[in-house]
Formats: sequence, C-alpha cells, structure tokens
Amino acid sequence: MKRSLSIGTVAVTASLMAVSAQADKWSDQFPHIKNTGDIPGECSYEAMSQKDYSGRKLTINTHAVPVMGEPTALHAEQFSKLTGAEVSVIHTPAGDLYSKAMVPFQAGQAPYDIVFGFSNFIRDWMQYLEPVPAKYVNMRQMQDVTKSHIDVNSWGGTMMQFPIDGDRHYLKYRKDVIDNPEYQAKYKAETGKELRVPRTWKEYGEIASYFNGWDWDNDGELEYGSAEVMKKDDLMYAAFFSRSVAYAKNPRTPGGFFFDLETMEPLINGPGFVEALSDWVEATKYVPPGGINFGLGDEINSFGGGQALFSFSWDDAFVAAMEDGSDIKNKVGVAPLPGSDRVWNRVSGAWEDTYNQAPYIVWGWTAAVAKKSKNHEMAFDYLCFFANDANHQADIAIGRFGVNPFKKSDFVPEIYVERQGWDPEIAQEYADTLLDMEEKSTNRVFPLRVPGVFQFTSAIATGTSKALAGQLSPQEALDEVAAQWNKILDRVGRDNVREAYAIGVALEDNLN
Amino acid sequence: MNFKHKYIFLLPGLLVLLGILIFPIIFTVRLSLSSWDSFFPGLDFIGLDNYIRLFTDDARFWEAFFRLSFLSVTTVFLQYVIGFSLALMVWQDILFKRFFRVLFLIPMMTTPVIMTVIWRTFFHESLGPVNDFFGLFGMTPLWLSNETLAKVTVIIVEVWQWTPFMFLLLLAGLLSLPKEPFLAASVDGAGPVRKFIYVTFPLMAPISVGAIIIRLIEASKIMDTIYVLTSGGPGTATETSSFYIFIKGLREFQMGYSAALSFTYLIIMIISLTIIANILVKLMVRSN
Repeated sequence: MKRSLSIGTVAVTASLMAVSAQADKWSDQFPHIKNTGDIPGECSYEAMSQKDYSGRKLTINTHAVPVMGEPTALHAEQFSKLTGAEVSVIHTPAGDLYSKAMVPFQAGQAPYDIVFGFSNFIRDWMQYLEPVPAKYVNMRQMQDVTKSHIDVNSWGGTMMQFPIDGDRHYLKYRKDVIDNPEYQAKYKAETGKELRVPRTWKEYGEIASYFNGWDWDNDGELEYGSAEVMKKDDLMYAAFFSRSVAYAKNPRTPGGFFFDLETMEPLINGPGFVEALSDWVEATKYVPPGGINFGLGDEINSFGGGQALFSFSWDDAFVAAMEDGSDIKNKVGVAPLPGSDRVWNRVSGAWEDTYNQAPYIVWGWTAAVAKKSKNHEMAFDYLCFFANDANHQADIAIGRFGVNPFKKSDFVPEIYVERQGWDPEIAQEYADTLLDMEEKSTNRVFPLRVPGVFQFTSAIATGTSKALAGQLSPQEALDEVAAQWNKILDRVGRDNVREAYAIGVALEDNLN
Repeated sequence: MNFKHKYIFLLPGLLVLLGILIFPIIFTVRLSLSSWDSFFPGLDFIGLDNYIRLFTDDARFWEAFFRLSFLSVTTVFLQYVIGFSLALMVWQDILFKRFFRVLFLIPMMTTPVIMTVIWRTFFHESLGPVNDFFGLFGMTPLWLSNETLAKVTVIIVEVWQWTPFMFLLLLAGLLSLPKEPFLAASVDGAGPVRKFIYVTFPLMAPISVGAIIIRLIEASKIMDTIYVLTSGGPGTATETSSFYIFIKGLREFQMGYSAALSFTYLIIMIISLTIIANILVKLMVRSN
C-alpha cells in the first residue's frame, strides 16, 4: 500500500536522505552517526558545539544498559565532549525507575537533573517536573514528532516529558512461513482455512497452535506458535491490554476503556476483557516451554532468535530480528494487532457481531527535567541533543537501544532499505503499519495515566498471572482485579482519578 | 571518685544506636500510621487504618507469609542436613580435606543476585541446559512455570547458595569439640553411628540451634532469589512476605501501608523466632 506523505514530512525526509552517507567532521569524531553525518537542526552536533557548559555538572538517572541506558550514556559522552559539561549517568533497573525518582521528588530534593522513565508515570511525576520550554516545543525537530507521541508526553496541552522514543504494540510474524505456498497448501488441506496474517486473535490462536512444537524452518530445532510477555510484573499487563483492545474498545461507546468515566466503575471485568483473558490462557498452550515465565527480554530473544511464529509487543523483537547478523533478517513481517469478530458494547450490554480492531499506543520511554534542578537549560539541551535527527536515525537502527520511531520522518521505508538493508516490501509494511496506528486510526487506546498508576497495573499483573497459572478462572481473576481497582479508587479518590483519566479518554475519543 | 564522666564515652555508641536502629523503627511506625503514597505524600495521621486493612482485607499478605514459612523451614532443614553431612565429611581425615573445605564455601562467596540470574538461565524451560538434559529422556519439566516446581526451584537455589554458611558454622563447632568424650566412647566400643547419636550430635546441639536460628532469620528475608527467578510467579505461587512488601512499597509506592506490613512482619518474626528458638533449645539441648 502506497501512502502519500505530507509535504512537510517529505521535506524533512529529503533532508535526512540527502545527507545520507555523507561523511563530515562530526561523523569523523562521532562514528555513531557515520551513516548520516550531522543533520542540521536546533540541537545538532554543530549547534551543541556552540554551547559552553564547562564546569557544570548534569546528573541523569536512566535505565540499565543496554535498553535506553546505553544510548543515554553514549549521548552523555558526546554531549560532554561538545559542550564541556560533566555528565554523570546513573543506571537503574526498570522496576526501580519510578521509586528512585519519586523518593527524592517527594522529599523535595533534586539529586537528578534528568529522570528517565515510562510515559505513563506522567500523572504521578508531573508536579515535580519542569514543563518543556516553548522554544523546544516549537522547534522544527519537535514538529516532526507524531501527534500521538506529543499527546503521550503532554498533560492537558502542556508538554511535561521530552519525546525520545515512540512505542506501540503490533504484530510480528514469520513472513517466510505465512507467505510460503507449500505451508499455505498444507494448512488449507488440514484445516480448511487460509494461512494468512491473522486478522483476529482467534485466527492468531489457530495458526499459532498449528505451527507449535515442530521444526517448520528446518533448522533442527523445535519452533513454537507465539512468544509473549507473560511473566508477572514484567510489563505483562501491557500485553494483556494489547489482547483486550479488540474485544473491549468499542468506537461506538466513547467515555472510557478502563473505567466508565461517568461512574468511574472499572470495566476491567467486562465480557470483552474476560474474552481476551480466556484467549490468553489458551495461548499458554502454544508458547515455548516456560513461555508463561517470559519477560520482555525473553520475548525479544525468542522471536528475534527465530523460535516463534508470532509475537506482539514493542518494536524491539522485530528490530532484533531485522538486524545484521540475524538468521531471520528479512524473513519477518509486521501487521497491526489482530482484531476480533465481535466487540462488547457496554451500553447495550451485548456483543456486536462486527469486526473490530484498535491500536494500543502503549507507554514507552521518556525523559523529563526535574523542577528543582538548577540546570534546566543544560538538561533540556541534552534531551534535545539525544533526540536530534542524526542521533535518532542511528539509534533506531540498533535494536538493543530501545529507541523506536516516533517522528513522521521515521515512517519512510527508504530509510530502512538504504541504511539497514531491509527488504523494500517489509520496510513498506513496517512504515505503513506504524503510521496507520499513529495517524490514521480513530479507535486508539492510550495507556492508563492516572494517580497511583502502579497500583492499578500491579493489580492487573497479579490477577491475570493467577489466571495464566490456572489459580483462577478468567472471570474470577478479573473480578478480583475489579474489586482491587475499586479499593484503589476509594483510597486515591474517584474524582482525582476521574480528573486524570478524562485527559486520556479525550485522546481516545478524538476530542482534541 | 566520681565516675559520672564515663557516660560521655557511651554517648557515641548510643547516638549510633539511635540513628541506625531506633530512629528507623520509630519512623516506620509513624509512617505506618499515615496514608503516604504516590498521590498523597506526607505524614498525615490515619490512625490504625493500615493495620485494619492488613488484618481484615489482605489475604495475599497472609498467603505470602505462610508460603514464606514453608520455604524457610524447608530450605533451612535441608541446609542443616546437607551442611552437617559435609562438615562431618571434612572433619574426618580424608584426602584433599582442605580443598573440599574451600570448595564447599564457594557458593556462599558468590553474589546471590548474579548466581540467581545464572540459575534462571540454567532452568530456562526452552533455552536452558537443564531441560536440554531432561530432553534426552523426552521430558520438559516446567521449572519456573509450574506452581509446585517453581517452589522446588527456589528451594534448590536457596539450598545451593546457603548450605555453605551452615557448613561453615557446623564445621567450626565440630573442630572446637573436646576430644575426651570421643576417646571415652571409643574405649566403650561405640561405633561411628553411636558416636554420632550419643556424642557428636548432643555436643553440637547448642551450635546447631544457633546456626538454625541465624539461617531462619536470613531465610525469612528471602527476596533477591524470588525477585530474579520468578517475580513471585507463576501467579502468586512463590510470592513471599518480603517480596510482597517490596511490591507494595517500592512498586506501587504505598509507603504508609508497606510500613504497616513491615512493622507487623517484624513483630511476627520476633515472636515466632523466639518461640522456635525455645522449642529447639528444649528439643535439642535440654533433652540431651
């Protein structure tokens, strides 16, 4: 499918492509940007070299290496060389990023000038953050960021976090299997159905089950149907929401996906979510042995290593599969998350027998500047430099960095063909899928961004993992989650949560 | 002579004690009486609400506590049996005695978190070497994904890591035993088994009680193994009290409530370990 891009995007892309492979004085000093050289902009290498932060120190709390931690440290070193600033980078495990910033925030201290975290921390963190100044919000580099990711990093129209990464969940599949005429004929003969990229989660399950537990790529190893993030407390709640959106996000019933915005009653134990959890419990039969204990790293290694036919989560597994040296480079494809043949209507209290699909614009990495920092300008310059066009182009080509597309100019397939050696068809599929989710869909689901967000997601992780482990039925598990959510609402205050949730609902209902 | 100035010399110690022991406990108690969380930071006063919630509306904490009790008692029992056996072995005059003494201590010298990551790799059900071996016999045990086997895996890792500690204490005890009772037993014609039952074990009882109590205290704080190996899963099958408190405090940021959990847990542990110590002394020391 060809797509017409806006003139602005074409212009940005053309400028990016024009400098492609041109060595310049900056790429000689900084080999990381050897493919593009420096790209002119407000925070380019050239622009940063004009700044003088000698004798000043910037302290950054970021994730452990490699995901986000490695690019943070790399760009800190570059920033230091260019500006003379001393940059101290502290690496923290993902699970502790929230509390490591929250403790000093609440104590009124500012040990870190910049804190890295997930974009869904925004409601809990925002009173301790310095809004992104207008000069950065209005610069050309920021104009290239998709609206979805401007929204994800903003609160009530004010940008509180600096966009450095873009995330969404989508389907990855083994193209060499799904498009294989021999397997298509075999599948048709044995099941009576077409072998194709699954359009629904039921179809996903059928195909995954069929290709589970045998050596379909003739490498002497067993392969499996699907690799998914199912390990408790290891981001598994996001995987559950990805499976839920098709059944529970009904475009004809605005006013909330997680809660009914009017009553603030949790919708999490409704039939749509229960159906999704039932599918997920069924999925434990077609994941690799021990797949119920797969965290994100396992999922990346499993699909990226060629062990599974399908996977769905962040970009990393796909990028890992498409890196040079991967055995399955150019053998994987990308598609939107599967949909469903019916969707729950919570107003009428009945299923609607119609096809439904909803993109999940899941939270991703972001970074922000502490309000109490004494180095606001330097901190924003660092973040702006981190995400400048040259660094960003280099970062998104390295799977382990965890930096994924979030700029309009990222959705141009030629970039991936020329710089990363992707098959043109796959690059087109990738760009189209991501751009459709970002800019085209009107049935998107955004991450939960409310006070005490971790209490809500922790309850989801506990409940769904009990269902996956067979301790509770899907309905019992989600009833338990709903009861927990009600208690959290009582503690935090329904109005407090409603006020914050309304901002996310407005995005989902396309009201702004 | 007036020795009142001697109290001045006690002051530094008292201040340190206050700073690192008394103050944190008092602060934890105060925190437990507040609703401090991510949305309402600060030491407000909500009375005993957190404790009421814990005792009336938190079955998960109590499930985690009983799971912890099972894991602690099982792992410490196994560590005692294996540690005592190994200590007895290298107490004798065997070849390469010194080599074995050092070898048996190696697991304890390794960093628990790093070793648990390695164990997790070993037990990885589809990519790990343990299942490569079992695969030769057509088996694929779900070491981390099956509720029962996940507990077994935690026990294996804990026993491997901490048996050397038990071994070290018991070997030190054995080496300090007087020789006369053993000579007298030999003169009376006692064999190795009788010597163990009537001489070695009774003489070792006080040291055994000390070693078991120390290990029980440590085992009751099990956290890193669970965190790295299973995250408390599958479901809540391996969730222990300390892991649950960690989730409530540092993941969900319910600081007030997690303080109530911590303080309650501390009180329970003090009471239960005192009772266990008394029972062990009665059983192992006084009966001898």
